[in-house]
Amino acid sequence: MSANQILMSGNEAIGEAAIRAGVDAYFGYPITPQNELTAYMSHRMLEEGRVFIQSESELAAVNMVLGAAVSGKRAMTSSSSPGISLKQEGISYLAAMELPAVIVNIVRGGPGLGNIAPAQSDYWQGTRGGGHGDYRTICFGPSTVQECVDLVYLAFDLSDKYRTPAVILADGRLGQMMEPVTFDHLEPPNPPEKPWALTGAKGREQQSIKSLFLDPDVLEELNVRLARTYEKIEQNEVRWETLQMDDAEVCIVAYGTSARVSKEAMKRARDEGIKVGLIRPISLWPYPYEPIRQAAETVRFFLVPEMSLGQMIEDVRLAVEGKRPVYHTGRVGGNVSNPKEILDAIRDCCEKV
Amino acid sequence: MPSETAAKKSDKRRGYRRPYALTEAVTHYCPGCGHGIIHRLLAEAMDELGIREKTIAVAPVGCSVLGYDYWRIDVSEAPHGRTPAVATGIKRVQPDKIVFSYQGDGDLAAIGTAEIVHAANRGENICVFFVNNTVYGMTGGQMAPTTLLAQKTQTTPGGRDQVVHGNPIRVCELLENLDGSTYLERVTIGSPANVRKAKRAALKAFRTQMDGKGFSLVEFLAPCPTYWRMSARDSIKHINEVLVEVFPPGVIKDNTGQE
Repeated sequence: MSANQILMSGNEAIGEAAIRAGVDAYFGYPITPQNELTAYMSHRMLEEGRVFIQSESELAAVNMVLGAAVSGKRAMTSSSSPGISLKQEGISYLAAMELPAVIVNIVRGGPGLGNIAPAQSDYWQGTRGGGHGDYRTICFGPSTVQECVDLVYLAFDLSDKYRTPAVILADGRLGQMMEPVTFDHLEPPNPPEKPWALTGAKGREQQSIKSLFLDPDVLEELNVRLARTYEKIEQNEVRWETLQMDDAEVCIVAYGTSARVSKEAMKRARDEGIKVGLIRPISLWPYPYEPIRQAAETVRFFLVPEMSLGQMIEDVRLAVEGKRPVYHTGRVGGNVSNPKEILDAIRDCCEKV
Repeated sequence: MPSETAAKKSDKRRGYRRPYALTEAVTHYCPGCGHGIIHRLLAEAMDELGIREKTIAVAPVGCSVLGYDYWRIDVSEAPHGRTPAVATGIKRVQPDKIVFSYQGDGDLAAIGTAEIVHAANRGENICVFFVNNTVYGMTGGQMAPTTLLAQKTQTTPGGRDQVVHGNPIRVCELLENLDGSTYLERVTIGSPANVRKAKRAALKAFRTQMDGKGFSLVEFLAPCPTYWRMSARDSIKHINEVLVEVFPPGVIKDNTGQE
């Protein structure tokens, strides 16, 4: 470990990354397994002379974020699955009002109250908009604590750049686990000018930020403008990692904690002579369809290990377009597959294809 | 409708002067609605206190959502009932600005009950202007939390029944016991004298915030002739004779130290 690395949990590292990214205001509400993040912010934000509120609900928290965002400030909230469902109201408004904000989901088992163990069952919610209306949110799926840091920092920049909310989708294991991290490489924050912000109509015309457009033609204009923004994000912000795909006959597609376990399974499979490669989506929206489409030209089949009963697999199938079989494996309910279970799935699939 | 010129002449004759904080826009409100008067009172108060250029309002979901068309100030929308949370976010990151939320009875006392209670309890240094006309206007006249017992609405066709629908909520009295609330007053716009009194309350609420004294809320008893199914004249009479019995006007709480 280098001198500039410190050991931190994912939750705390996300908090510190937000502070390094210049977050002006953080609003949170208790829910396991993300409480360390709110607790961390409760003292760090005050130390930095910034705003911290423990709100009365997730609804209030995300709307306080909205208030800070209309003011042109960098704002963040965090929660876990059931709390994120409540925040979807505010996220839809943030998207419609073209407001930047960062929302962290430390995903736990669901549906309903579920449990407090790690899961990836909020993938659809994170990548399909989540709330009502025709919108998307930038969605990152980190797989290490260091990547949590880097993606939170990036999320603030991209959210400002495109004026759209960004979601960090990390499972409860990433939130809880400790790993060495560094913040040294992060530049001091440099948010863009925000002439649209509501700061009082001094020396200029009044401004308003809204999402009500009673005239269908005007609302259609907003919808089309948002779609153009999403196209730009799809062109510029797709991120993924590729491992040993050059000679691969089998392609695993996995993100977050599932990708970590898959890497070990891949190594063991290669020891047995099964040529397995891995594509790890880092941005879950925009999704890395292209590398998967290319892999479909060469591999025998795809295996998608997820801590859900199959959500991201739909994106893999969209990319593969029926050219190769796409299989799912994984545990749910807060369970995490071990490398042997994924290796067994690889072997089983090899026999089928 | 009189031409603009004719209207101006008539305004001049009666000594009318439009407050600068009120835009030229013609409001969309129904004849006899109370919002126009209250919008104007707030605009006059902002002009008199010289705070127009540093005031940011949060509009609710309800008839007055289009407030940004009528006030010459920065305005944000908010999801239904979350107005005090949005106002909290704005005020906390811009403490030097004046922030007010403008809410109706459905927005504030039904779906936004948690937000208003906790904004008051935190003692957020904001003003809330609460328009109580005992009915949901924008959605077509349904029962509000403030709807009177026996009042007929779209969703209480036989009149509000305590057993079935519960009771009217007195918001000022609800917030009174919270240590965080500083200034709570209920006013009516049922007569010229009361309109003047209502303006004094608005001024006091703004001053409370300017002095950093914390949370203030002014509740305006206002007419909704359309969904009360009354003439504008009868609506005023209804406020003065019926509403004030259930929602007694007056200063409910005053820890401002002002006169």
